[in-house]
Amino acid sequence: MIEVKNLTKKFGSTVSLDDVSIKFNRDDAIALMGANGAGKTTLIRSILGYYHPDGGSVLVRGLDPIRERQEVLKHIAFVPQLPPPIKLSIDELIQYIEVSAEVKRETILHYANEMKLDIETNIKKSFFKLSGGMKQKLLIAIALSQESEIIIFDEPTANLDPKARDDFYRLLDGKGEDRVLLFVTHRLEEVESLVNREVYMDLGRVVSDERI
Amino acid sequence: MKNLRLIAFLDLKESIRAKWFLVYSLVFGGLIALFFIAGVTESQVMGFSGLSRLLLMYIQITIIILPIFILITTVRSISGDRDSHVLEYMLSFPISLKEYYWGKVIGRFITVYLPVIFAMIIAIIYGAFKGAEIPWAIFFLYTGLLFALSSAFLGIAFFISSFVKSSEVALGIAFFIWIFLLAFIDIALISLMMQQRFNEDLIIGIALMNPMEIFRVAAISLFDPELTVMGPVAFYILDTISQTLFVLLSIVYPVIVGLIFSFLGFKIFAKKDLV
Repeated sequence: MIEVKNLTKKFGSTVSLDDVSIKFNRDDAIALMGANGAGKTTLIRSILGYYHPDGGSVLVRGLDPIRERQEVLKHIAFVPQLPPPIKLSIDELIQYIEVSAEVKRETILHYANEMKLDIETNIKKSFFKLSGGMKQKLLIAIALSQESEIIIFDEPTANLDPKARDDFYRLLDGKGEDRVLLFVTHRLEEVESLVNREVYMDLGRVVSDERI
Repeated sequence: MKNLRLIAFLDLKESIRAKWFLVYSLVFGGLIALFFIAGVTESQVMGFSGLSRLLLMYIQITIIILPIFILITTVRSISGDRDSHVLEYMLSFPISLKEYYWGKVIGRFITVYLPVIFAMIIAIIYGAFKGAEIPWAIFFLYTGLLFALSSAFLGIAFFISSFVKSSEVALGIAFFIWIFLLAFIDIALISLMMQQRFNEDLIIGIALMNPMEIFRVAAISLFDPELTVMGPVAFYILDTISQTLFVLLSIVYPVIVGLIFSFLGFKIFAKKDLV
């Protein structure tokens, strides 16, 4: 579903991705690991079409995520590591997702409820005024409600308490079928039960890729 | 199209809630209120009186503060979102870059244009209520000029925002452009004129490329060209070009400048790394 071929990305003189080639197929649930600066985030951002590569290519469902960004992003859901300080109210943010990603409001509310997030009483509140945990829960609920074929989680449980983590794992249970789940993580034990493939990166290269 | 409308609408709502918008609206609304309190409409100086004098004073102050307000509040629009990783998240949804960028431009244009127009409308309504004669020609001219000036500086601001990575640098560039167009370019041209190195047509032509300069001259173009308040350059321009043509130029030219800069900004935005 995702094919990265000889991908190189440089920022000035720093090589962030160095001739990376990797494929992520349906039913893959991947733990993408590596030290800071290994190139994990750059790889994810390249898949999302944010970066113009210096060499090589990325194809998602056979399409270029830069040229065909709308078509590609219809099939990707993304949860960032740190919730950004979005100034929209929760109501407006949901409206944005409803229209742009054609997701039903009820579905988002359903997953928010499953994540034990009380949306109704906070609906007019600005997103950035929520607590870190609440923001993360909402972003997870939004990602799950998109029912995308590819879901990318960048350290999804970093802001969650143990109970919320359990809710997150419970909701993901069985979601891996016919999908690509990509977890960027520093702690394998947190997603060990969810993944069937471990990829390690270092200095912009894939140094190990193992099925579990 | 629905995404474009959505982004414009959400940007408008977000801006209206922001503190800068409150200050922005208070400044322009406050100016009008201040003029009425100070009795500007009752005074007569150098041939100007009533609402004409009030609108003229309003527009003279607007020339200085509107560009810097637009530049400072807009220049961080995209660069700020990039800085804070908001762009990374918002663009992870299937929205085209065209819809995102132009939606932001439209939303921000409405935000910056409406308060300055509303302030003038309030002045007209209050003036009519007080029994003053309404200078419709000046009102419509200023509506068009403010539209044009807002377009020009909004385009410049989005252009800067599209390539600058940090909002501090964006603010620095915005301030430099404002001060350059407001004063430096005039000082440089005056010194060139005094040295008589170039002929005056060329110097005045260069001066008129500045949207603030064309706005300044157009704002007084409906008044009697013999008035000393106009100054020699404005007199020269209005003596050389017909008034109608000049008014048309003063509205169309800044709009074109704004569109060109907005378009260049979009090209850069789409060609560069997004985050």
